[in-house]
Amino acid sequence: MAMEGLRPIAEIQFADFIYPSFNQIVGEAAKIRYRSNGEYTCPLVIRTPYGGGVRGALSHSVSIEALFYHVPGLKIVAPSFPDDVKGLLNAAIDDPDPVLFLEHKKTYRLIKGEVPDGHYTIPLGKANVRKAGTQLTVVSYGLYLHWALEAAQRLQEENVSVEVIDLRSIRPMDKTAILTSVQKTRKLLIVHEDNKFGGIGAEISAMVAEEALFSLDSPIRRLCGPDVPSMGYALPLEEEFMSSPAEMADAMRAMVKF
Amino acid sequence: MAIKPEAQSKVSLERHGLTDEQLVAILRTMLMQRTLENRGFQLNRQGKIPFASASEGHEAVQAGAAMAFERGKDILVPYYRDLGLALGIGLTPYEVLLSLFARAADHSAGRQFPHHYASRRLGLHTISSIIAAQLPHAVGAAFALQYSGETGRAVLTTFGDGATSEGEWHESVNFAAVHTLPIVFLCENNEWAISTPLSKQMGQPDVFKRAEGYGLPGGVVDGMDPIACYAAVGAAMQRARSGGGPTLVEAKCYRFLSHTTDDDDRTYRSPDEVQARRKDDPVPCFERLLVERAVLNAEQVEALKRGVLEETNDATDRAEAMAYPDAADLYEKVYAEGWEPWTV
Repeated sequence: MAMEGLRPIAEIQFADFIYPSFNQIVGEAAKIRYRSNGEYTCPLVIRTPYGGGVRGALSHSVSIEALFYHVPGLKIVAPSFPDDVKGLLNAAIDDPDPVLFLEHKKTYRLIKGEVPDGHYTIPLGKANVRKAGTQLTVVSYGLYLHWALEAAQRLQEENVSVEVIDLRSIRPMDKTAILTSVQKTRKLLIVHEDNKFGGIGAEISAMVAEEALFSLDSPIRRLCGPDVPSMGYALPLEEEFMSSPAEMADAMRAMVKF
Repeated sequence: MAIKPEAQSKVSLERHGLTDEQLVAILRTMLMQRTLENRGFQLNRQGKIPFASASEGHEAVQAGAAMAFERGKDILVPYYRDLGLALGIGLTPYEVLLSLFARAADHSAGRQFPHHYASRRLGLHTISSIIAAQLPHAVGAAFALQYSGETGRAVLTTFGDGATSEGEWHESVNFAAVHTLPIVFLCENNEWAISTPLSKQMGQPDVFKRAEGYGLPGGVVDGMDPIACYAAVGAAMQRARSGGGPTLVEAKCYRFLSHTTDDDDRTYRSPDEVQARRKDDPVPCFERLLVERAVLNAEQVEALKRGVLEETNDATDRAEAMAYPDAADLYEKVYAEGWEPWTV
């Protein structure tokens, strides 16, 4: 449909069920423009609810972003706030290339916020500093972004100043926003729910190590999902997989003290 | 419907409304396909190109099907063994040679394998190497036609017998049947999925029988007979264009050469088998038929062959003289303008 001039918006409910279409997304959609030298394009938006903490067990909890963010030709968006969802979804629909639009399913009911009337867009590939701070940069997205903000607010009450960056777009990634913040705070903590090994945090920390190692006052730290399938159904298993604002606050304190 | 209940070995004598000019055009497409394909293998053996793939034995089904395709209206979503189909709907030998030589002026700008064309001008979708990956694109294009209220247009999609074992094939055929989409599924059953024979591919030898299970008409046609293929695909396309829904057409043909220049078919099938099937070679059979029916005389056939060879030689020289893409082109067209490859 996208190759014949329409702008289809597909929904894969849930992200865990996207694997059978991996071939079409990675092998086909992402390469249509490249392999036809622009004669054909694939302006497709795929919305998909991802993430856990909702008693979704092993097939309704997965974070899929790392499986796709390696792929040239794709764009990946993961907004956390209602106003960003609208602006970024409009931008994704306008975008001339395929966009994977990730919606954390626990934020559907947990997060409330004003959504401006009328049509507006928020550019893909731009992060947003949700809380300004001076002693530590925290980069996150999705549900954990909200928990990281909550933790940072707690630290504010302890007179610890943490800057929280809402990544919003995973690919392209806003390298400038991350580097600008890290050069100011000199410390970087990456927080995400997806498994740690090979996750988004690995790419961000490698990028910062390459570009800003000598601006850092402490090792980069990643607070991420454990490297096990996400996630066990029984409450203790789910709780063990998921992080919490308290755990994030502890990680932030430790880094600021380093 | 012109689809026959069983495959026939004799080339049909029915014209199905085709004029002399159309019959000659079909033969010319078949001759051009064979000549260009041989040219690809020659260039490979000369060390001039790294790779070429084969479609020898598919000339009849492709030239016949191409004659049933309405240029400027229909959409073709083919696979990588469709040289003759692409030629038949208007791709030029020069464009084929640009693809073989991987030149900058090729439709993929030298990024794709040979014979993986794309032409918006012709309604020819960009071709994938991945088996059956084109099927979801094809039903998507058909769905787009239906969704946009476009009548009088249809999608023709093609694939080999091996593709019919893929999940995407079954999902696509089912989707087309459910939504009564304007599409024709044309199986070019050449009995070999690279090295896997049909007997190891399916529990029974007929692809068209699968149609019934999905609720769409299916028929089989002699894939060595271009007129029969034209008639079967033409009837199915007409049905699709007029809102009658999808059809599965199986054309029984044969792959005479190895899968590609990198494959040696002697390792998995006997030369005797191939030799035995040569008696049905559609190119000399159709050539003979047109002479017997006095559509062409022997001299005219020779002139046709000479013209095809001259055009191929000319296209070869012109394409070879063209430039490779610049190394910098590696970074182009990953995303739209202004979104050039992003990297950390």
